[in-house]
Amino acid sequence: MSDTQKRSMAAPGVSRSRVKAVNAAEERELYKKREPIYPKLAHGKFRFVKWVVMAVTLAVYYLVPFLRWDRGADAPDQAVLADFAGRRFYFFFIEIWPQEVYYITGLLILAALGLFLVTALFGRVWCGYACPQTVWTDLFIMVERAFEGDRNARIKLDRAPWSFNKAWRKVGKHAVWLLIAAATGGAWILYFHDAYDTLANFFTGQADISAYLFFGVLTFTTYVLAGTMREQVCTYMCPWPRIQAAMTDREALNVTYRLDRGEPRGPHKKGDPWEGRGDCIDCRQCVAVCPMGIDIRDGAQLECIQCALCIDACDDVMRKVDRPTGLIAYETDDNIDRFQAGEKPRYRFVRMRTLVYAVALVAVAAVMLTGLLTRAELELNAARDRNPNYVRLSDGSIRNGYTIKVVNKGNAPRDLELVVDGDPAIDIRVLGAPEEAPMRLSVEADRTRDFIVYLTLPHDAVDVPREDITFRVLDPQTGESAETRSVLVTGLSE
Amino acid sequence: MSDHEENRETDAHSGTETTGHEWDGIKELDTPLPRWWLYTFYACIAIGIVYMVMMPAIPALPGLAGETDHSRGISNNSERVNVALAMADLEASRAPGFERLRGASIDAIEDDPDLLGFVRAAGEAAFGNNCSTCHGSGAQGFIGYPNLNDDVWLWGGSYEDIRTTIRFGIRGEHPDTRFSQMPSFGRDALLTRSQIGDVTDYVLSLSGQDAPADAIARGAEIFTSQCVSCHMADGRGDRTQGAPDLTDQDWLYGGSRDQILATIYRGPYGVMPAWEDRLGDTTIDALAAYVYLLGGGEAAASRPTGQ
Repeated sequence: MSDTQKRSMAAPGVSRSRVKAVNAAEERELYKKREPIYPKLAHGKFRFVKWVVMAVTLAVYYLVPFLRWDRGADAPDQAVLADFAGRRFYFFFIEIWPQEVYYITGLLILAALGLFLVTALFGRVWCGYACPQTVWTDLFIMVERAFEGDRNARIKLDRAPWSFNKAWRKVGKHAVWLLIAAATGGAWILYFHDAYDTLANFFTGQADISAYLFFGVLTFTTYVLAGTMREQVCTYMCPWPRIQAAMTDREALNVTYRLDRGEPRGPHKKGDPWEGRGDCIDCRQCVAVCPMGIDIRDGAQLECIQCALCIDACDDVMRKVDRPTGLIAYETDDNIDRFQAGEKPRYRFVRMRTLVYAVALVAVAAVMLTGLLTRAELELNAARDRNPNYVRLSDGSIRNGYTIKVVNKGNAPRDLELVVDGDPAIDIRVLGAPEEAPMRLSVEADRTRDFIVYLTLPHDAVDVPREDITFRVLDPQTGESAETRSVLVTGLSE
Repeated sequence: MSDHEENRETDAHSGTETTGHEWDGIKELDTPLPRWWLYTFYACIAIGIVYMVMMPAIPALPGLAGETDHSRGISNNSERVNVALAMADLEASRAPGFERLRGASIDAIEDDPDLLGFVRAAGEAAFGNNCSTCHGSGAQGFIGYPNLNDDVWLWGGSYEDIRTTIRFGIRGEHPDTRFSQMPSFGRDALLTRSQIGDVTDYVLSLSGQDAPADAIARGAEIFTSQCVSCHMADGRGDRTQGAPDLTDQDWLYGGSRDQILATIYRGPYGVMPAWEDRLGDTTIDALAAYVYLLGGGEAAASRPTGQ
């Protein structure tokens, strides 16, 4: 008797059946299969708003690299450019150096506060309208619809066996998706080098390897995330759905099903009375149009991106059955309670939460604006040599060495005058500069230049352990000046 | 997990099972991962295998994989080779700078901000590697090892002089080395102790320091007979012989009376090796320019030697 045969016998003479309980623990699904979603095309004002936002955001993304902004001969003329090779970030009239990365931090804080404020007021409008994942997914679904038809046609096509009709529609769809994905990756790299040059180099194979790399990565992610992952990105990858619960409250507008009006739901026959029942006729059009494939009537949920397409779908239906629209609407949780209690809705946009966000937003914006407007285009730093701390020359005079760093953030070269305030006996020498008074330093446009400066205090003027001095550079053309304090160490004991 | 298996229940709100764990009434949902997530794990495993095949990854016994102790992979990648290549690239990228430095006058170097920056960087690196042991990392020197920041030069402070000193060294083994020797007046009994004391007082007076007048007068006579051939009658030294100026404020072996006395007694014999064979010409150029630009460099012939 073999082992398998042995095992199939429970006891001598009692055979063992190979059946298992359907809900047995070991049969439980460890991993969840993705349920395909076939969003139906909605019509209405929110769909229109979404089309407009899509057109605007896509236009911004694809066209901004081609905008020009004159900055003179020594700087690139691309309006928005993250020039990593040249270590500069250009945004229209703003130019940021690496050490000024706090402006970027400020921008991120502004973006975060803006997101908080908007979410506290109107719920996840970012998710529903402006998030790239939403915009590109919407675009990809549009393409899908063009090739495969609307919801029912797509379901039918997916269930149908392979045929020429199915094949060309699928191939066409994926080809256009790939094209859009490539254009997305292609536009991304235009933000990092001159757009026209990059475009020309890209197609002649002369662009930087990193350009092709980023093009490839972004093409891949766009195709996968917007084409095949879609709602999975929002549900599983994105942290925002987890955070948003803390950003909204019971007085924030959210896409909400009006429980008070809708229930009890059920099919409605023409001529039947509407008394004693809800307005919801359970047509599930709200579910059919939902790009996340959820039912808004189940209440607020993690997956809902609040794109309001269910509002459009429901309003359509309400008009057909001659009931007032707004069964699904932007409403607050508190108002739903009030409706159920028979009270009038109340909207309070000015709340402690929104006030704090708004004040913080204005404060950060004001600080950033002040910083940008008062940004010095001429800066000076001095680092004194500490090894050796000082040098005694043959005649007993004391020399200190300094490396001074002149930062010219302007777009024109500068001829600067260098003055050292302090003991008038101090002699100044700049390595590589002719001896004259005042000393002249030349700094190219948009550059930092180091100068080696030697200050010598004559023997008879050495009287204190350290002399306080101030380096000053002056641009005679513009009148701008910058200064920095330092000391001259003489070696006398304190 | 099995301990809590019987406590599993289906959550009414989400329709998902709980894990069966419970902490103070808080239960944990057993939400299944999306299946594509599983596929990313598989993809990672596949990438791992590809990586192991392509790159050095598998340890091997010494000798089995050539000079390394691991497999080389299909790509035959070696970080040591990569470093060597990167170093070669680095050298190549510096070559144009050294090319411009070759034959450039010190004035040309000073007038060209880019070349100046290059020389200071290249010189500083070479100095740190080769010279700082004796002269200090800031070239500040020590007793017996000259400070290179100041304006005191035993053998001349022009770009050309400094380069010659670096190339051939001082009192070294190179045939062209700079050479001179101060006698050990005390140790070799050329002078008595009291005579050395008198000369010390005279030398102190040369740089304006106080000393007994009678000792100075006696010391002056001895100085005239013993020292002027190198240090010159006025005590200002002779650069052709590396004889220091005794009238200035700088003392290579210390400026106190005891230190000067000790110097005369034993006679210093400072040695600097020749660098010609160890460093390339261009590195010596960069070093010489770096030392020159530390602040004490002299224009050629600004102070004639042997004055």
